[in-house]
Amino acid sequence: MEWLDMAITAGIWALEILAIAVPVALTVAYTTYVERRVIGIMQIRKGCNRVGPFGLLQPLADGLKLFLKETIIPTNANKLLFVAAPVLALVPALVAFAVVPFGETRLFGIWDKEHVMAISHLNVGLLYILAISSLSIYGVLMAGWASNSKYALIGAVRATCQMISYEIAMGFALVCVLMLAGSMDLAVIVNAQAGGFWHWYIIPLFPMFLVYFISGCAESNRTPFDLVEGDAELVAGHIVEYSGMWFATFSLAEYGAMILISLLTSILFLGGWHAPIPALDFIPGTIWLLLKAAFFIFVFIWFRATFPRYRYDQMMRLGWKVFLPWTLAWIAVLGICTYAGELYEGLQFLSDAIGFYQPWRS
Amino acid sequence: MRLIKHALKTWLLWELVKGLALTMRYFFKKSITVEYPEERTPLSPRFRGLHALRRYDSGEERCIACKLCEVICPALAIVIESEEREDGSRRTTRYDIDMTKCIYCGLCQEACPVDAIVETQHFEYASETREALYYTKEMLLEVGEQYEAQITANIKADAPYR
Repeated sequence: MEWLDMAITAGIWALEILAIAVPVALTVAYTTYVERRVIGIMQIRKGCNRVGPFGLLQPLADGLKLFLKETIIPTNANKLLFVAAPVLALVPALVAFAVVPFGETRLFGIWDKEHVMAISHLNVGLLYILAISSLSIYGVLMAGWASNSKYALIGAVRATCQMISYEIAMGFALVCVLMLAGSMDLAVIVNAQAGGFWHWYIIPLFPMFLVYFISGCAESNRTPFDLVEGDAELVAGHIVEYSGMWFATFSLAEYGAMILISLLTSILFLGGWHAPIPALDFIPGTIWLLLKAAFFIFVFIWFRATFPRYRYDQMMRLGWKVFLPWTLAWIAVLGICTYAGELYEGLQFLSDAIGFYQPWRS
Repeated sequence: MRLIKHALKTWLLWELVKGLALTMRYFFKKSITVEYPEERTPLSPRFRGLHALRRYDSGEERCIACKLCEVICPALAIVIESEEREDGSRRTTRYDIDMTKCIYCGLCQEACPVDAIVETQHFEYASETREALYYTKEMLLEVGEQYEAQITANIKADAPYR
């Protein structure tokens, strides 16, 4: 009966994947709705309120429209790559959700040990996410190349350049988190921040939190870093030739990346599924995590309503001349603080202070 | 001192926080949207919408076919033909306005010596065919009949400013 076991395992996997992928797709759809409403309200307008009560059916109408539209493939496009590009952009954005831990559960007391709620509880989850999230740029690059359009190509080159610049700062910001948590396992990182907001890594790593979130904006090509699709000069960048379903796929990938960044920021810096005060622990952890992520999605939208687009050289300056030295300096400061006590007795207080956030040292 | 202040503002992202605070303030302001088909903005008595030809209270049409409106129309949207009626008065036999040409400048109603051609506040006459936008004399007279009360009121409201 080996095949039966295999079938059951595969079925459970499929269910787990559905349990993540379907809410993610729904969240993406409703993020576009929330974005339009919030930006509308911030511009003292109303935003979409016509389709259904409060316009709540707008995402469905939009989706239906996009799926019913004809797919146009430009004559001189590389047809295989043109179709493959949106898929390649979407897959990494969704696959990255595989290791995101949404909380810990005993399944109403059936299990006697806490299980991490993730499709795959990887002990190098952070590394996996870093690797996967930088893959999504291949979709953009391929789209730019396959479209055979100057706007698309320039947009794709810009996206790649931006990705390379900000991936480094992002990686270094995460190194700081690793130096505190001492593990690449996202669940361990979250549990290292257990016990109230004064344990959260946003306190010792506030500059890194800013760097990570701003790099996250740059990575998911959101304002003020959306010069990949800067309408004024590039029309729509790499998606200029896409319409209908494939266009929808690209925006699904973009919003998926945005949600992923929001979740990761909450997990890495805001204590994931832990309540800000231990007294609030009676509210399930997953709800806390989703609340924190929702806040960051709101901040993404808030940014879009507030900031004008960066100029290209300003963006490059920020990435290479501000964030990179900043993160490197913080790594050095953290490292020195960690071992200051061993180097010199009088600096023990530094080690103790930083040791408060480093469960692996005690 | 200024240098320190500047550095502090840069590193604390002061300007960005100020910008975010501004949009957050607007987040709580009341929206100024007028939801058009259900709500409408008030219209000025001088509003220039669809044209109308008027009649006197006796039922006699006002237009005397002087063709001043046809002459002054910058878009050449008005076409008038005239003839002597049985009772010897000069009247139009044809008075067409091509609404696809009209730029709603209001010069025709300014030029008219007898207030015969006027622009009403009616503006929702969009159609799916071009033909429906070629207004003939009969159609314009009918518009005039329909909106006569409104037209009189508007002319009265505007009179002190002329």
